[in-house]
Amino acid sequence: MTSAIRLTGVRLGLAGRMVLNGIDLAIEPGEFIGVLGPNGAGKTTLMRAILGLIAPASGSIEVFGTPAKPGNPAIGYLPQLRGGLGAPRLRGRDFVAAACDGQRFGLPLLDRGTARAVTAALAAVGAEALADRPIAALSGGERQRLLLAQALLGAPRLLLLDEPLISLDPRRQEELVALVRRLQLRSGVTVLFSAHDLNPLLGALDRVLYLGAGEAALGTVDQVITAPVLSRLYGTAIEVARVHGRVFVLGGGAEAEREAHRHEAHDHHHAAGA
Amino acid sequence: MPRVREMLAYSFMQNAFAASGIVAVLAGLVGFFLVLRAQSFAGHALSHIGFAGATGAALLGAPPLAGMLAFTLAGGVLMGALGEQVAQRDVAIGVVLSLALGLGVLFLHFFTSSAAQATSLLFGNVLGVDGGTIRALLVLAVVGLAALAAIARPLLFASLHPELAEAKGVNLRLVAMLFLAIAALAVAEASQIVGVLLVFTLMVGPPATAQMLSTRFWTALPLAALLALAEAWAGLVLAYATDWPTSFWITALSGAAYGLAALGQRRAAAG
Repeated sequence: MTSAIRLTGVRLGLAGRMVLNGIDLAIEPGEFIGVLGPNGAGKTTLMRAILGLIAPASGSIEVFGTPAKPGNPAIGYLPQLRGGLGAPRLRGRDFVAAACDGQRFGLPLLDRGTARAVTAALAAVGAEALADRPIAALSGGERQRLLLAQALLGAPRLLLLDEPLISLDPRRQEELVALVRRLQLRSGVTVLFSAHDLNPLLGALDRVLYLGAGEAALGTVDQVITAPVLSRLYGTAIEVARVHGRVFVLGGGAEAEREAHRHEAHDHHHAAGA
Repeated sequence: MPRVREMLAYSFMQNAFAASGIVAVLAGLVGFFLVLRAQSFAGHALSHIGFAGATGAALLGAPPLAGMLAFTLAGGVLMGALGEQVAQRDVAIGVVLSLALGLGVLFLHFFTSSAAQATSLLFGNVLGVDGGTIRALLVLAVVGLAALAAIARPLLFASLHPELAEAKGVNLRLVAMLFLAIAALAVAEASQIVGVLLVFTLMVGPPATAQMLSTRFWTALPLAALLALAEAWAGLVLAYATDWPTSFWITALSGAAYGLAALGQRRAAAG
């Protein structure tokens, strides 16, 4: 069987820094993969490379057996939201519809086929009620559902979801993860779901892809979320604690996942100041 | 009624209605995307760049519309080529637009023509439009609208969700360049009616009003053109009746429509 995603000896750079340094891995069709790792570990970069938007410095990336290239209709993508969405006054349905064959030239006409596809995508994420409201009137969770509806257009075989839980409260996080898991079980779509925190994904994921220090570890939670593996990825001594079925990654007495993000933000400040 | 017949009997009024009608429709439709993309300031800058082009052309004895078009097109394509973010970077744009306006002043100084020439460039002179200009405006508007229709789909996608559009194979830079070239065309046209300083009134006012009045793309888009047309023509009628400048009336109507729509929206939000 062809893998959904196959990386062979991939070295991937961003702004003169290697975020992935010689990675080999294969993700099988129908898997739900949680993508984790500190900020700057390359979660977004990896997804953009799978989309064919960034070429690896060396090695190859294959998606369902063909080299990664932009405009692959087999991939649905939910990019990480930086700031708000454009056109706050536009209704949700028209926002979603813009992604329907949006790369073709011509007028963005809402023909019957487009309308049906948009309605189906909105229904799949339970967002029919949001369709007629302007984007500005939606909450963060509601916007994420619209973006998910957009990602589902064209019945993709692979979904790349980049930090969709950001800025959602715990209950909305749970709802969104459960929704993606339901969609995945129903359609057999392969899911790469990146997140800051492993815990909201624990009930849904099949395997974890943990990125850090140019390396990657792919396996079950028990294989990957261990002190030796994470110590290697973080480049510092890491402990893993399990409390009531939840997993906490600790380094130097603090929670490493959060701590790593703080350091990252700190570094950016220095870079900006210099 | 007799006054209307009297007004329409003047050929300069006929010309003014034709010219402002053509320009309003183009400006409303192109402006809709300009507002959607939060690039209205880029549109404003294009008009100032066009001013330098128009005065430069006058200095060389060429038609001002040609000079304006050459400069706005070059400016639009360049802004698009420099990337999405540049067209939204207001400090850089602010510097370039004042530089362009300064150049325009210098060209005017060497041209040493009447102050009327400068005023009509800056604030428009729709009552002075001749048949040749109308034909030029019509041809340019048809070209602009055809180009807009051709790229509307990827343009809308790229405006609403650039990251996804890029992943789906939309060339963001190409779309941005083509759109700003079309915007440059619309700016050059709008300047003929309301002048370079007031292109906002046709290109930003009506689309922004339309986007407040409807959340549907296919309602708001034609509404933007319709509002621009209504404001331009009503402005002409009011100018004829009062003998005040047409540009004043168009800006007044554009501002009033926007204000009313904003008020209505706040009411709706509160109720």
